Amino acid sequence: MSSFAADNIDIQRRRFLTAAATVVGGVGVAYLAAPFLISWSPSERAQAAGAPVEVDISKLEPGQLVTVEWRGKPVWVVRRTEKQLEELPTLDEQLRDPYSEVATQQPPYAQNQDRSLKPEYLVMIGICTHLGCSPTYRPEVAPEDLGASWRGGFFCPCHGSRFDMAGRVYKSVPAPTNMPVPPHNYVTDTRIVVGVDTETA
Amino acid sequence: MANTQGTTGLLGWIDDRFPLTKMWREHMGAYYAPKNFNIWYYFGALSLLVLINQIVTGVWLTMSYKPSAAEAFASVEYIMRDVPWGWLIRYMHSTGASAFFIVVYLHMYRGLLYGSYKGPRELIWIFGCLIYVALMAEAFMGYLLPWGQMSYWGAQVIISLFGAIPGIGDDLTLWIRGDYVVSDATLNRFFALHVIALPIVLLGLVVAHILALHEVGSNNPDGVEIKKKKDENGIPLDGIPFHPYYSVKDLFGFSVFFLFFALVVFFAPEMGGYFLEHANFVPADPLKTPTHIAPVWYFTPFYAILRAVPDKLGGVIAMGGAIVVLFLLPWLDRSPVKSIRYRGNIYKGALAAFTVAFLILGYLGALPPSPGRTLLAQICSLVYFLFFFLMPIYTKMDTTKAVPERVTYK
Repeated sequence: MSSFAADNIDIQRRRFLTAAATVVGGVGVAYLAAPFLISWSPSERAQAAGAPVEVDISKLEPGQLVTVEWRGKPVWVVRRTEKQLEELPTLDEQLRDPYSEVATQQPPYAQNQDRSLKPEYLVMIGICTHLGCSPTYRPEVAPEDLGASWRGGFFCPCHGSRFDMAGRVYKSVPAPTNMPVPPHNYVTDTRIVVGVDTETA
Repeated sequence: MANTQGTTGLLGWIDDRFPLTKMWREHMGAYYAPKNFNIWYYFGALSLLVLINQIVTGVWLTMSYKPSAAEAFASVEYIMRDVPWGWLIRYMHSTGASAFFIVVYLHMYRGLLYGSYKGPRELIWIFGCLIYVALMAEAFMGYLLPWGQMSYWGAQVIISLFGAIPGIGDDLTLWIRGDYVVSDATLNRFFALHVIALPIVLLGLVVAHILALHEVGSNNPDGVEIKKKKDENGIPLDGIPFHPYYSVKDLFGFSVFFLFFALVVFFAPEMGGYFLEHANFVPADPLKTPTHIAPVWYFTPFYAILRAVPDKLGGVIAMGGAIVVLFLLPWLDRSPVKSIRYRGNIYKGALAAFTVAFLILGYLGALPPSPGRTLLAQICSLVYFLFFFLMPIYTKMDTTKAVPERVTYK
């Protein structure tokens, strides 16, 4: 080192230049990294693919469920029976969010007792809020495998989460929130459009 | 004209320009390994063998595989039925994935038995843990590629794990998938990561793992440092050159391994649904989850830990913690001895309890949940974590035996 010192090298200056070059280069690397990271976001095509879907519910029997595909996800339309609707308020005690207070899980017009525009028809994204499996529809009361307290609803076979006939989550299951209700509206009495809200619903 | 390696001719010409002989001596011909290796010391070399198998068969599979949601499933069936010898190459790859985890788990367990993670080998252990994490990512992404029902819903569940992170969770899962659901975009990027990015990372980590090992020297079943006793030439008294002694021993191990490997490839490539799950012979259907989702066997212990916690974020933290805690092992173990041969009954008991808990978790993770099984998984998860968290206490309390000066050898 002494031979360098003899050459009159300004160590302070050299350190400053090294640090400054590192900082400027670091900013450059960060800027260059951005396109690579943002490139993983959904493409324009993927974003555009979410077109609304129309469902004909005229042939739906009470208690029946139909599945349609919207944005690659299963959307269920269930025609609930009188009895199922009457039972919904009696379950409130056993539910995590009986009044659908988590606003992200449904549009404002579905934030009611039965989580729907018309009580008879439940429109819901059939994806469990735990880890994204699609639960199975179990409308029967007290089947052997689900126990005597089962009042009908949706059961996720992956990790055992339970939801009632309005997609409201039971307490002490892994799923944290109610199942999501997609934006939807009635074009006519027997046709639902999934994917668009309407203020005049 | 002799150079520093004393080589002449063509080799001498190369050695003047590239450290060929030097590298050969450092890593093979003059790398002195303890002479008392036992059967547990096969699994490192076998891991390397399986890695090569995966790379070669993987390159061949990419020649016929189509990484798109529309064509992936059919292209795998095309490989199985129409490509000459395609079935063999694909089964070698799928069986190789499971074989990889078998030999890596045994290799890691060897570390637990003989304290191979203890100083001065902490970095070897950490590089090894990083290899394990990269291998899990590699296996997970590879499993999506056949685009069967289990591929699809398994990926859906694992990606959703990241959604449990507060605040950024939902945006993060969207970013990983590149779409609102697991889709063509997800499949295509997982293919890129599986065949290019992660293999490069894996190979780099394997080189680091081996360089670190050859820097400090191998441990052995006695946990004795052979470098402490050297002869007048500086060669460890208990060391033998890796080549030919262990290269030949490993070749014998390779032949035994291939015997079992071939049995699986030819007679039980699905292994009763454990190596290739039945639901994966159905093309991916985004509208219908199979009634029973289970990960492939090598992830089941961690999956059981995830399910044991009845809370989304808590489960994810427990599962991640179960892997992170492995990295801390060198600093959790306060025992003065390395090998289980000279440890007391407390450590032997703790290791036995850990082993049983890990195996039970692996069994439970493959089964559908029930209240009784969940309780058992909770108990085993507790044992798993207590093995690590109480280690600083019980390894200090334990009575150890005197470690010999030289390795024992019969």
